[in-house]
Amino acid sequence: MSSIHSEVDRPQVEEARFSLSTHLYEWVSTVDHKRLGLMYIVTALLFFVIAGLMATIIRLQLAFPNGHVVDPDTFNRLFTMHGTSMVFLVGMPFVAGLSNYLVPLMIGARDMAFPRLNAFGFWIFLFGGFLLYFSYIGGSGLSGAGSAPDVGWFAYAPLTSRAFSRGASTDYWILGILVAGIGSIASAINVIVTTLSMRCKGMTLARMPMFVWVMLIDSWLIIIALPPLSAAQIMLLIDRFLGGNFFNTQSGGSAVLWQHFFWIFGHPEVYILIFPAFAILSEVIPIFSRKPIFGRPAMVGAVAAIGFISLGVWAHHMFAVGMTSWSNTFFTASTMLVGIPTGIKIFNWTATMYGGKLRLATPMLFCCAFLFQFLVAGLTGIMLATGPFDWQLHDSYFVVGHFHFTLVAGLVFGLFAGMYYWFPKVTGRMYNETLGKWHFWLFTIGVELTFVPMHFLGFLGMPRRIYTYAPDRGWDFWNLLASSGLLFQLPAILIFVWNVVYSAVKGKPSGDDPWDAWTLEWATTSPPHEYNFETLPEVRSSRPLWDLKNPNDPDWRFE
Amino acid sequence: MLALSAAAAADLPEHRITNIFNPLATPAESEKNIALLVFAITGVIFVGVAGLITYTIWRFRQPPNASHTEEPPQVYGSNQIEVAWTVLPILIVFVLIGVSARVIAAVENASPPQAALKVTVIGHQWWWEVLYPDYGIVTANEIHMPATNDHKNATYLQLQSADVIHSFWLPQLSGKTDLIPNRTNFMWIDPHSPGVYVGNCAEYCGTQHANMLLRVVGEDPKSFKQWTIEQQKRAVDDPQAAEGRAVFESLACVNCHNISGLGKASSGSKFGPDLTHLMSRQTLGSGVIKNTPQNLRAWVNDPQVQKPGCLMPSMKLTPEELTKVIDYLETLK
Amino acid sequence: MDAALAEKQAEWTLPDRGTMGVIFLIVTETALFTIFVVAYVVYIGKSLTGPYPKDVLDLPILASVCLLSSSVTIVFAENSLKKHRIAMFKLWWLATILLGLEFLVSTGMEWYKLIYHDNLTVSTNLFGTTFYSLVGLHASHVIVGMCFLILVMLVSLFGFPIETQERRVKFLSWYWHFVDAVWVVVFTVVYVIGR
Repeated sequence: MSSIHSEVDRPQVEEARFSLSTHLYEWVSTVDHKRLGLMYIVTALLFFVIAGLMATIIRLQLAFPNGHVVDPDTFNRLFTMHGTSMVFLVGMPFVAGLSNYLVPLMIGARDMAFPRLNAFGFWIFLFGGFLLYFSYIGGSGLSGAGSAPDVGWFAYAPLTSRAFSRGASTDYWILGILVAGIGSIASAINVIVTTLSMRCKGMTLARMPMFVWVMLIDSWLIIIALPPLSAAQIMLLIDRFLGGNFFNTQSGGSAVLWQHFFWIFGHPEVYILIFPAFAILSEVIPIFSRKPIFGRPAMVGAVAAIGFISLGVWAHHMFAVGMTSWSNTFFTASTMLVGIPTGIKIFNWTATMYGGKLRLATPMLFCCAFLFQFLVAGLTGIMLATGPFDWQLHDSYFVVGHFHFTLVAGLVFGLFAGMYYWFPKVTGRMYNETLGKWHFWLFTIGVELTFVPMHFLGFLGMPRRIYTYAPDRGWDFWNLLASSGLLFQLPAILIFVWNVVYSAVKGKPSGDDPWDAWTLEWATTSPPHEYNFETLPEVRSSRPLWDLKNPNDPDWRFE
Repeated sequence: MLALSAAAAADLPEHRITNIFNPLATPAESEKNIALLVFAITGVIFVGVAGLITYTIWRFRQPPNASHTEEPPQVYGSNQIEVAWTVLPILIVFVLIGVSARVIAAVENASPPQAALKVTVIGHQWWWEVLYPDYGIVTANEIHMPATNDHKNATYLQLQSADVIHSFWLPQLSGKTDLIPNRTNFMWIDPHSPGVYVGNCAEYCGTQHANMLLRVVGEDPKSFKQWTIEQQKRAVDDPQAAEGRAVFESLACVNCHNISGLGKASSGSKFGPDLTHLMSRQTLGSGVIKNTPQNLRAWVNDPQVQKPGCLMPSMKLTPEELTKVIDYLETLK
Repeated sequence: MDAALAEKQAEWTLPDRGTMGVIFLIVTETALFTIFVVAYVVYIGKSLTGPYPKDVLDLPILASVCLLSSSVTIVFAENSLKKHRIAMFKLWWLATILLGLEFLVSTGMEWYKLIYHDNLTVSTNLFGTTFYSLVGLHASHVIVGMCFLILVMLVSLFGFPIETQERRVKFLSWYWHFVDAVWVVVFTVVYVIGR
């Protein structure tokens, strides 16, 4: 543990008696990027738990054939809300929360470029989330789980038309997400402008930490890929409320057009979601290997390539729609190509670890598991990218297994690594390492148990989004195994929550730089002052603190 | 003779375990072959890369309380290595793209031979309307076709939808193709041997998506011909079931269900499955329950018990009405 | 060491955040408009029933000339502001507003004719849906721009020293230029290609 800044004697301010209303007002009216970042992340974790409970009910229903835990309509609402929540109310706020908290600190800035826009983005995201969940009680009320949407998270037309989705449930889906999406775009513009216009002296673009680069490219993707979703949703609103014909097949409209528009958003979206994990790994692995990231320019180039290519692969979600063989081949090709820069990243992370001195603390454990699991996820992605193979696998449990591997075994593992890594910076206290390891092992076992069997269910012909199945299809055993993973995942999450809450209050003070790290956020107090930096170290390379701590072997001699 | 084809179907092996790696028709076979190639390539990659990661972690791990006063050599990268592990994956990907292109073309661009059997399948919420235009046959949920080892005699399907998007998937026969309203899709299958093949609708289409099951009966050419002859006939008019028929015609049943040969009472309606040859089918409710007298009675009494949310309401028949109607339906072989 | 010293002594300049903000706002809005344009193009000629574009659409020449001219007048206004000639600024700014207003009124009149005389509404057919959506999306952006233009007009008329807000006026004019550029695309797609 080392501390960068000098000990200065500061006059203490006498704090008045604790006032809840003042405290609350401060949080509600804040424009401080750190508080907003935390609010994003805490809200995301709350939705994570809620959507996770939905998944628990789904797995209970599917644990045995002819299950009767919930009726078909409730089940259909559950998987719709589970997917919608996880993507838009967990994944996206994590993107926003992590960038907002860390980017200004990492580039030596005092706050984001547009602090009030930042606050606006958070509150409108929260409102969108409330609107979506209000669907449970709005409309026709609580009878049969109210009016929650039941059209699947990608809401294909014409199932979403007035004719086939009566009532207000689909409207809640549209409006909730449309509104939350505005927040995402606002946050993304803020991140881009911040990285371009708010860097401290010496912090050239080339010297920005990997985390900042990845979130910058992520924000580019957001501002390009989210508008197509908003556009499609506006079109659906016009169809549903004004009698428009965008997706009305009776008047010549095309149901496939919705799919094109949705997936032009939807595929970049999954890269938008996974980039924070890439960003976190690129910070955590070097510190816990005691080596710089291997091939920094290639890593940045790979992320840029992934971002760019991901805009051209969307129709691999539509291989079964009956496109021409030329289209199917093109999208097979582009989808496989996007796997290449992703693979390069895995190689580079491994090469960073190679020859290093690996400290297998909790953040690093999550990173190591990520490497294996994301490798599997990427390879099953190659299987899905192969058009003819996809004709079998599309819309089966193989796909469900694949995307849960990328998002849970991938993204969520990366997020845990990041949360443990920056926990001391945010709270000023260290988490409990033993509990962290328990969380890691239980969660890993649970995730493998739940999502590996799904790939086999896909091979055996089980389609997705079915509320039950017959007992003689050979699906019983794998479904039961998948559901048993809950027994490990649920305690793991409980341990995590306990560890976070307890350590934030009673953990050992961690100091400014408990991990002996190299980027600017570790050059200030834990937690940082409201104004972030009292003094900034000189920035002459991508590892300013390494240079400071190793004056005989600074990076700027080699960069 | 009438009972022949139903009995014949009952004798056929039913493939309930629909493993895509146990293909029983040509499209599924070519898809399996490309799958195995992809497995081989990704398997090698997995073993190699996972092995490298495992070795790295094991070799360079430090005991938990190690003091690291000395940092390891700070290696920034290596251009040669970067190039190597960029070029190699690109080459692998090019191979995969080439093979995929060939298979895609072979499956999608195969044009139907003149003599091939043509079947039109129209998806409804939550049942399958099945038409044989060349034979004038209208049926539902169960699709008969000749089993063939010869691609020339494959069955060509034209896929359409009456409402939302559905998907036609019998894993052991072929990969899936969607049924999309205002669009006609094509696919072909050729079950190699006589048997009953099952599958599911594979695109979420609403409440009872889970119970929109598919049933393909592959038969030897003689049995198939027999089946078509019987399906082309008008409904059996058994005088003993006249009372039941009267009940059927007087209630709202005819508004949704067509039974050919009833004169004015033949509604031609496509809202529900055609019942002309109901007893020739092995299941009810598009695969939900077996077609037995008790099941039929329970189904007609209240379909919402077996398939809650399906579009057939319980008509609240009295037990006597119910018995008469079932007796009538049981004659529709 | 020379490089380091030189770097220390060099000025640390970064792009202005307001400029960057407006640029990326325009990028994201472009993505939004692109999808509506694509929908329009995909559905050209696909309406099952009339009325069809060639039957009911007249070229909105005057409206287009006015809107595109307003991009010129706004540049004159900005130049006047830069030279601190506030009276000229107000004049050119007013001209911009009036030209924009003419465009909106023209659009309104066109829609009135289409709805009441030609029976073309957003639900009539694919042409109606895509036409009103695309043109309407553009018009709504014009309205938003107009609101801000009017706001600037009002504050400067009531004595606020608008010359202190040159930067922000510049951002607003960029937004206005963007709206005009979109009109060029919409005009081409709807009134030229689609007819």
